[in-house]
Amino acid sequence: MGKSNTAAPAKRAGGKPVSKRICVYWQLYLMLLIPVVLTIVYKYIPMYGIQIAFRDFKSTRGILGSEWVGLKWFQRFFSSPNCFRMIKNTVLLSFFSLLWSFPIPIILALMINQLRFNKFKRTVQTVLYAPHFISIMVVCGMLRVFLSPSGGLINLIAGTSIDFLSEASAFRTIYIASGIWQDAGWGIIVYMATLANIDASHYEAAKIDGASMFQRIRYIDLPELVPQIVLMLIMSAGNLMNVGFEKVFLLQTDLNKATSDVIAVYVYQQGIEHAKYSYSTAVGLFNTIVNVILLIVVNKITSKISEDVSFV
Amino acid sequence: MKRKQSGQLHGLSDRSSDIILVALCLFIMLLVAYPLYYVLIASVSNPYDVYAGKTFLLPSGFTLDGYKAVFADKSIITGYLNSIKYTVIGTVFSVVMVYLTAYPLSIKDLPGRKFLSIFFIITMYFGGGLMPTYLVVRQTGLIDSMWALFLPGGVAVGNMIIVRNFFEHSIPKEMIEAAEIDGASKWTTFIKIVVPLSRSIMAVMVVFSMVAYWNDWFTALIYLPGQEHAPLPLVLRNILIKSSASASQASTISGGYAELNKLTEMIKFSSIIVAAAPMLVIYPFVQKYFEKGFMAGAVKG
Repeated sequence: MGKSNTAAPAKRAGGKPVSKRICVYWQLYLMLLIPVVLTIVYKYIPMYGIQIAFRDFKSTRGILGSEWVGLKWFQRFFSSPNCFRMIKNTVLLSFFSLLWSFPIPIILALMINQLRFNKFKRTVQTVLYAPHFISIMVVCGMLRVFLSPSGGLINLIAGTSIDFLSEASAFRTIYIASGIWQDAGWGIIVYMATLANIDASHYEAAKIDGASMFQRIRYIDLPELVPQIVLMLIMSAGNLMNVGFEKVFLLQTDLNKATSDVIAVYVYQQGIEHAKYSYSTAVGLFNTIVNVILLIVVNKITSKISEDVSFV
Repeated sequence: MKRKQSGQLHGLSDRSSDIILVALCLFIMLLVAYPLYYVLIASVSNPYDVYAGKTFLLPSGFTLDGYKAVFADKSIITGYLNSIKYTVIGTVFSVVMVYLTAYPLSIKDLPGRKFLSIFFIITMYFGGGLMPTYLVVRQTGLIDSMWALFLPGGVAVGNMIIVRNFFEHSIPKEMIEAAEIDGASKWTTFIKIVVPLSRSIMAVMVVFSMVAYWNDWFTALIYLPGQEHAPLPLVLRNILIKSSASASQASTISGGYAELNKLTEMIKFSSIIVAAAPMLVIYPFVQKYFEKGFMAGAVKG
């Protein structure tokens, strides 16, 4: 990799010239060799391969030998009957999911941080982490047995026999509620880590001043969390179009498609199942572009709100 | 981390808010744990009692038939062994890659450090997408090879950043400098000093990778079409996901199918436990490691 000596800051290392320093560090470059090669092959070459979205890719001809077709695949996507439904479902599912699942870990962390007995605090944390360690496949299996119309837990408790996975109107609730169950507990970790750094003397001072628990949360804990919250919000917004493909894929039935039909599943089906490489790539690219735009917009907005948080 | 617990100055309102808080936490714990508990008791109960709603709190008509049926299935055993193999190899591979990348990038004087960092970080935010990546994996001959699960992931950049930060802040520079004055090469200092001093963060990386590989099934779905290569979650897909669709149709048709339906439901409960158990048993013991990992990555207020 000859290009790696371009951006070197020439100030340090006792003022030795860059070429000398590269000699000193050759073993470090050697360490980077495999990671760099893997990243080029499996990350950068696929980026180059995105051009098949604008070509009619044929395996026999290779990427460069395939014919240019311009925006044909994008036009086909936008004129397909379910295009609008898929975009709408993707955006709404992600948006509602973020709306419900984002605040919950923050509230949980603030609550658990106030617990006085360390043993109890540990136990609560351990229990809340548990669902995160279960495969999405298994979570979807659990959802299927719980939501089953005959003998499913939910129907037994409610005394009904509704086939929830056949109800398009129930799909988003199922998706979001199970997502909260699985990951809200795990989500508290980053906030707990920040809260653990707060100086105990702040609490002592607040107590002497007669601050209630709620006031301590409001005026000590919450302000400390704001940079972390903003960072997490930016990261979530950058993933707004990346709905949890796995779960939608596993919970989709023909009957709930009105709300469960999302772009990511369509990309998979068109590409892997129907081998429409170019078309699938074009749809996926559209999804990525929307995502990047969202990331930039949210980054702009939030960096205005909170100047001191830098991204990347 | 260990803050002094102060109980001397709180008044009555504080005590009552404590009680409310504890009650609320107990309730939340119940909400989280109950579904898993229910699956556990249902997996050892008579399926007819589960069906009739008699197993909300305790098992009824104890039986291990579900587990017997699960372990009688050869494909589940193969899946289990595959998952163990993929998890072990994948974890070693992933941790080695993260270390090989993080250490050079933690050396402030390395020419090209900034460029290389950006080179890796870009891949966190932008990628080729499903099909272009699939075509490269196919082109490099990895279809139906176990390496398709590891190589295309390359370097886990998020983990790499955590480890790099650890190297920058927690390994004493003087030790490395002293070793180098004594004539140790960069590689020797890495192996003899940096790796042993970073055991705690290595544990975090092992835990993260282990969980990810154990639970992964989508990569295998795309790249390992051969039945004999399927990891456990993918094997369970046939039992947990696919049978359900046909069973819900079947139950409306005739009683005979409904009987069969109940037995497959029972196998579902036991296979959920079989798949989830290993990680659920391990994670409480390694909890302090992954919490540490997040401490290392947390925004310093």
